[in-house]
Amino acid sequence: MYKWIHQFGSPKYFYDISVRLSKWIAIVCAISFIGGLYGGLVLAPADYQQGDSFRIIYLHVPAAWMSLFVYLVIAFSGAVSLIWHIKITDIIARASAPIGASFTFLALVTGAIWGKPMWGTYWVWDARLTSELILLFLYLGYIALQSAFSDKRIAARAGAILVLIGVINIPIIHYSVEWWSTLHQGPTISKLDKPSIHLTMLIPLLLMVLAFKTFYITTLLIRARSEILEYEYNSSWVKKYVIK
Amino acid sequence: MNIILRGLKNMSLNDFFSMGGYAVYVWSAYGISFIVLFLNIILAIRNEYKTLNEIKKRLQNNKK
Repeated sequence: MYKWIHQFGSPKYFYDISVRLSKWIAIVCAISFIGGLYGGLVLAPADYQQGDSFRIIYLHVPAAWMSLFVYLVIAFSGAVSLIWHIKITDIIARASAPIGASFTFLALVTGAIWGKPMWGTYWVWDARLTSELILLFLYLGYIALQSAFSDKRIAARAGAILVLIGVINIPIIHYSVEWWSTLHQGPTISKLDKPSIHLTMLIPLLLMVLAFKTFYITTLLIRARSEILEYEYNSSWVKKYVIK
Repeated sequence: MNIILRGLKNMSLNDFFSMGGYAVYVWSAYGISFIVLFLNIILAIRNEYKTLNEIKKRLQNNKK
């Protein structure tokens, strides 16, 4: 097990695996996107309260979930690299940031567009929306920090500390709809025993969640590969790889 | 033109695009999301090519 972790932590090994895997994950991503969009935009019936505007959920919920998930990935990688000084977790954290920021941006924008017809306003300063906006700023702060240092190791350490402090925001976002009164509706499918959503609406949503997740993994692998090359450009395997 | 099924009922293409009056909201949300995701992929791939080329140049300069 330890050997496996060590092997996986080696940039060359990660690079080889990522080249082989990313194609297949991209295919899964494309299929689930097509299935999710067809199911969500075409097959699913209109919501009895929100009409067809509810279809924004197929972007909003996956984007919002992924904005939290990617942040947790960055925080976890940050913690690992602070403790064990592993290069690959630095790379994963750095490569994840722009994708996570995009998901956060999308969650906010699709939420605002959805809010206009349903709530009558694009934006309210309530707990859920404000904490998600703070998440976007955390991402942007992290990205800015990464480009502020010329030494990538120091940048990674500074970023890890910032992100770990910001982790406090994650449970706040998650529970904000329960802790404070808000315009934002409660969770749609986290009640697993009795989801408040019909199957014809739920299946496309799950497909879209899968699509967003595989999209994240695909772009993460591509970004991580260029980070690895930059880190390792002096090593012999990179030279061999580039020249061939 | 009843080619698309919604629920168990036929639906025309017009119904599909009008989104029950919410066309502006639904389609703008999907449009923006598509652009952002597309840019993510394109920029990531472009970044990889750029890095590869830079390293190639660096290696060639070292050889001279």
